[in-house]
Amino acid sequence: MTGPQQEKIRQTLDDANLQLAIYSATGRLMSHRQAVVAPEVLPDYQELRTQAHLVKQHAIENLDHYLEQFESQVVARGGKVIYARDGGEVVEFLLDLAKKMGARLMVKSKSMTTEEIDLNERLERHGVEPVETDLGEYIVQLARERPYHIVAPALHKTRYDVADLFSQKLGVERETEIEKQTKIARSVLRQKFLAADIGISGANFLVADSGAVVVVTNEGNGRMTTTLPRVHVAVAGIEKVIPRAQDLAVFLKLLGRSATGQPLTVYTSFLAGPRREGEIDGPEEFYVVLLDNGRTRLLADREKRQSLYCIRCGACLNHCPVYRKVGGHSYPWVYGGPIGAIITPQYLGVTHDPWLPFASSLCGACEEVCPVKIEIPKLLLALRSEVIKVKAREGQSRLERLGFRAWAWAMRRPRIYEMLGFMGSALLGGGEGWIRRVPKLLNHGPLAAWLSQRDLPRLPARSFRQLWRARRKAGEN
Amino acid sequence: MPREYVLHRTRTALGRSIGQPPDPAPPARLRIPETDLEARVASLFANVRNLAGKTHRASSPADARAYVAALIGERSAVASNAPFLRECGITDLPSVRSGITSQEELRALCADAEFGITSADYALADTGTLVLFSSQQEARMISLLPPVHIAIVPSGKVLTGLDELLAREPLPAERSSSMLLITGPSRTADIEQILVRGVHGPGEIHVIVV
Repeated sequence: MTGPQQEKIRQTLDDANLQLAIYSATGRLMSHRQAVVAPEVLPDYQELRTQAHLVKQHAIENLDHYLEQFESQVVARGGKVIYARDGGEVVEFLLDLAKKMGARLMVKSKSMTTEEIDLNERLERHGVEPVETDLGEYIVQLARERPYHIVAPALHKTRYDVADLFSQKLGVERETEIEKQTKIARSVLRQKFLAADIGISGANFLVADSGAVVVVTNEGNGRMTTTLPRVHVAVAGIEKVIPRAQDLAVFLKLLGRSATGQPLTVYTSFLAGPRREGEIDGPEEFYVVLLDNGRTRLLADREKRQSLYCIRCGACLNHCPVYRKVGGHSYPWVYGGPIGAIITPQYLGVTHDPWLPFASSLCGACEEVCPVKIEIPKLLLALRSEVIKVKAREGQSRLERLGFRAWAWAMRRPRIYEMLGFMGSALLGGGEGWIRRVPKLLNHGPLAAWLSQRDLPRLPARSFRQLWRARRKAGEN
Repeated sequence: MPREYVLHRTRTALGRSIGQPPDPAPPARLRIPETDLEARVASLFANVRNLAGKTHRASSPADARAYVAALIGERSAVASNAPFLRECGITDLPSVRSGITSQEELRALCADAEFGITSADYALADTGTLVLFSSQQEARMISLLPPVHIAIVPSGKVLTGLDELLAREPLPAERSSSMLLITGPSRTADIEQILVRGVHGPGEIHVIVV
């Protein structure tokens, strides 16, 4: 594990307030979800998951077809589709557009995809002001931080943090009441909405048979962003495409329930092209930017391409014992939690953060709650084995391999194994307790590092074999 | 070209060729329960109230008008151009502005109005949802900018749920550039997971079924 992450994890673990905040927020999200997927309220929950998995699988396995269908439908309705190989091309497109329009201000509804490409910083560098309008995103933008959680970006901030932040950055009086803080944000952002020329949204789904972008929000930021500015640009990963509008009957039910425990999120906008002849309002121009940024590389891996089924509900984060301890900023990239642990190495390369797939207890809770049934533990294991292969190729972890090979050798030779056990037990003072409490031998060298996060029970005074022999002897008498 | 690059890489990754038709898609899954109108309206109302919305069953268009008149008093309201609102006589109420077709004018009005009044193309009983297609009759802003949204829906438009909606409207994009689902008032829980209503959209919603 590299320095900054280790440091961040240590800080998070030592911060009692933060621990409580993460624990209670994720706990609440878990119980909200549980209340709306329980068999008494949603008897066909498992069937919905299976259907969602099958539809995503089908869409991903035929992705080129659905992308082209989506594109032709958008064009038929007067919109434009732009492909982008990476974040740079998204920025380039937006800057060109802003220049053409003389636009300085862009309002944004929540989008993890634009976080992924650091869109805000890159736009700012070119004199464009992007304003996040989801309350949580707005808070982390003012704090110049990354979202802490896929659906609850400011999960780590208390009302007092927000009070400080608003008074510093917005020049308002310090206000600690959450309802009033929300009102402050509403009125500041209302002015931004009315003034902005370009609205940037993400997309929860791209619907191939309709050329539609589906944007789901609770606050209405998605609606404002796609209604008031003259131009709407949706930035979405290519994997977001689903075949039919009718598939939303499955996905919308699962998304709201898995994310926040709502049978449906408050606002779902199904947007197909710019405002039409006769319609009173809506954007005059409609663009969809389809982003690759590593996705086609991931797609080439037959087993792991299921990572692209993710609908970003965040349920796996809430249920992950690791995320719930280390929090959202301990992960090396914008995507935290189990889904982050499987997509980060695939987007950035396994050597970028080789420790990441190992930061899991493989308890399987993530897979159990995943609305599209991604086999996260299996993928973590596959990634672990890739990391080991790379390390072996690079001649790393030679000592570890040597250790395991010696272990295997001894395991196959009962007499030698017993002798080693006997020696170990004598040396480490057999009995109850944990090995770490025996400092002298294990305080130095590679074993000390290995044991810094692990421990083993001490070797017992008498081995199983000894006990067995004694028992046999007693039986014979 | 980025387009060719992305599509080419996608095909290569999947082992597919240009123009290759897709595998057969799994059939869409729509489940529509049989329920009578009264049960649907009861369920719609229960769900709207559960989301802190208000409900009213109007026995007649005049009753709907009376409810709205009492609610808004003399405060400013913008009503959509839905013929049903006119039929109910709501557009005649003294403080209600209606019949606006200019985006700029509507925007200015909605930004200041205290109430936005719309009809709905459908309502979904099992989630307490309103469905609005953007059109000459229904603008997007009226249900969005004012702090209170009032929707007046003919009872025949109350469907069982999302599945029935998508069975009736398999291609919403054929009808409008925007199909909107509204399920309760605007809300957030982004600070300390405390629920606050009325962030960007209306914090109060009234659903009247005639």
